[in-house]
Formats: sequence, structure tokens, C-alpha cells
Amino acid sequence: MAEIEGGGGGKHKGGKKKGKKLSTRVDFTPMVDLGFLLITFFMLTTSMNKPQTMEINMPDKKKDLTEEEKTIVKASQAITLLLTKDDKVVYYFINDKTGDPETPVITDFDSRKGIRQTLLTENKKRNPLLDSIPIYKAQLNEGKIDQTTYKAHLGSIKGYKDALIVVIKPTDESRYKNLIDILDEMLICNIGRYAVVDITDKEKEMATTATQSK
Amino acid sequence: MPKVKVPRKSTSVDMTAMTDVAFLLLTFFMLATKFKPDEPVIVDTPSSISEIKLPDVDIMMITIDKENRVFFGIDGQQKRVELLDKMATKYQLTFTDKEKQEFSLLSTFGVPIAQLKQFLSIEPADRNKTKVPGIPSDSLNNELSDWVWNARLVNNNIRVAVKGDQSTSYPTVKQVMNTLQEKNVNRFNFITTMERSAE
Repeated sequence: MAEIEGGGGGKHKGGKKKGKKLSTRVDFTPMVDLGFLLITFFMLTTSMNKPQTMEINMPDKKKDLTEEEKTIVKASQAITLLLTKDDKVVYYFINDKTGDPETPVITDFDSRKGIRQTLLTENKKRNPLLDSIPIYKAQLNEGKIDQTTYKAHLGSIKGYKDALIVVIKPTDESRYKNLIDILDEMLICNIGRYAVVDITDKEKEMATTATQSK
Repeated sequence: MPKVKVPRKSTSVDMTAMTDVAFLLLTFFMLATKFKPDEPVIVDTPSSISEIKLPDVDIMMITIDKENRVFFGIDGQQKRVELLDKMATKYQLTFTDKEKQEFSLLSTFGVPIAQLKQFLSIEPADRNKTKVPGIPSDSLNNELSDWVWNARLVNNNIRVAVKGDQSTSYPTVKQVMNTLQEKNVNRFNFITTMERSAE
């Protein structure tokens, strides 16, 4: 983008030699280009810099709960997930009548046929309010309700008294990724009550036999 | 017939105003950007759908790399010096002002406190080349718990963030989580990267 001289440089009569008047204007275009390039760069890096986080609340270790504070749940309400090696999950329920664990099932983190489907169906069986989440979400998107109301609704739905309770027990062979993935599933499946608990020896055995038998 | 003369207009636009704006914005973004601090290890964090952002200040970062080494760091240079003072009293060590200065520039470190003095004497550029053992966090010698405790004394509002590698094995994570729970930190954050939501 060169400068185009408007006038000037006309014909002068006589042979007088005039020093050519150079324009004092500088072409700023490349400078502006550079400026905007840098702006774009800094804008993109600034927003990307903030890491995502996932909050987790652990139970208090020291405090002994009184009888009143303890929540008593039906055995069949809880599902136990054992995170084992090679990104596999073993899950089982406790039989209400006998109090014994039912046959463990082995699955994985696949979003179509893995643990998510199990959690979704099991949670749906126990929590009839789950169907109203999409309705509230639609209302939120349409602007009928605000974020706080939506969150309050969501919280009360998740905390429904008969809803599925998930007990997560990672084995020593599992990876950190498995833990995060399973906590993620809790968010996706709208499970309000879950806990990360240390594994017992009996369950370790259960996990090994389940993975080996396959 | 006289020729109709169309006055020739200059095609050049005055760019000065635009340049001003551009550079004003540039300056703003340059000053507002906080560059990622130099980290001793590369940690590949797992992804999640969680969309909560981690605040910039009042953060205690516990990093666990794929070799199960534990690293620790807090924000704020002044706070780091205070933290080091507290730890020095606890472990009966003395640090010179220069060492304190060096320490205040460390965003994360992974050496046992006994080796910290020697680690600080290494040139900053060479530090990443030296292999560090990580902070001891097992039940025999749990220095991490002291770091966590003293960091909370220095900064009362501190939040705990755990940043682990995808392939970190669970026992180490459990150790760190147990350490935190023993120090009454029952609420903490796991750092994750963004995941494109499936639904």
C-alpha cells in the first residue's frame, strides 16, 4: 500500500532544479497488522491460561458422627464401584434381604456402553425427579429462570432421598485418571451423593477375580 | 467543452488513531497476561466436563507427576518467604536472605527440606535438568503435611488444588488426600483440562 501522491510534482517552467519534497507520512499498515496480531495472541493466551478444576468434598476424618447425624440408607440404594487396572470398573450392589454383595459386573469408561449407562439407568430407577432436569434446563436457556434457581432445583433433585448413592473405591492399580473420570461421571449422571472410600481386602479380591475371570 | 475534472482523492487513510487503539489494547493484554510459571515437571492432566475456573490467588498447588513424585507450591512471593521461615523453624534450619530470595521465585518445587538449601544454590536455568526426588509424603516422613499446615498458617484463605498426571498411580493420590484430610482440608480441587461435552 504505497502512498499515492495527490498533487505535486507538476511541471515547472524554467530549468530550476528543486529538491524533491519527500512525504513526511509513514505507512502505518504493517505496524497496525503487527499490533493486532499480538493482541490476538495475548487475548487467546489469557483466556486459555486458567485451568479447569473440579471440586471435591471429603468427609471429615476426625469427627465422630453422632447417631442423629448418620444417614441410614437402604443397602440396595448404593452401588459400589471398584476402579481396577487397565481402566476397568467392577461394580456390584448389595442384596437387601441377605446383605451379601451380588455378582460383580465388569465394565469400562466407554460413554456408550460403559459405566455411564449403568449409572444413568440405575439412578433413573430410583430418582423419578431426574426427568425434570431437561425441563429446567430449557427454562434456563429461554431465560425464564435464572442460574441460582436452576442450581437450587438441580440440587434438590440430586439430593432426592431415594436417589442412587455411589461408593467409589479405587484399587491400588488404578490411575489418577480413573478417579477423575469417575467423578466426572457423577456430574454427567447427576448423582448428588457419592464418596471416595478406601478399599477393603475382600473387595480387592473381588476386583481381582472379576478381572481375571474375563 | 471543458473537461470535467474529477478531483483525485488520496487513497491513504490516517492510520494513527487505529494504531493508538491497537497498541493500547496490546499494552493492556500484555500487562494483564500472567505467564504460566516455569514448572519443573510436565503434567498431563485428565479431562473433565467441569467448568469451574481456578482462581489465580490464594492457591496451594500440589502437583503429582507420572513418576509419583509430589511437588508443592503456593502463590505470592512474600507468602513464600513467610512459609520458608516457618518451615525453617520447624526443621531447625537457617536460610540466608539470598536463599529466601531464590525460594520466593520458585513456583513449584519437589525436594525434601533437607536438600532445599543445596537445590536453591543451583542456577535457576539448571534446576530443571537436575532430577528431584519429590516431597516425602508417606507416613514415615510426611513433610508435605508440614508444608500444607504452614501454608495455611501463612495464608488463611488458601485453597488446595491437586494437579495429577493421568497415569499417576492411585496410592500416591490417596497418600496426598489422606495427608490433606489429616490436616483438616476436606475440600479441595482437582485440576483438569476442558473436555468437549459428549451431550
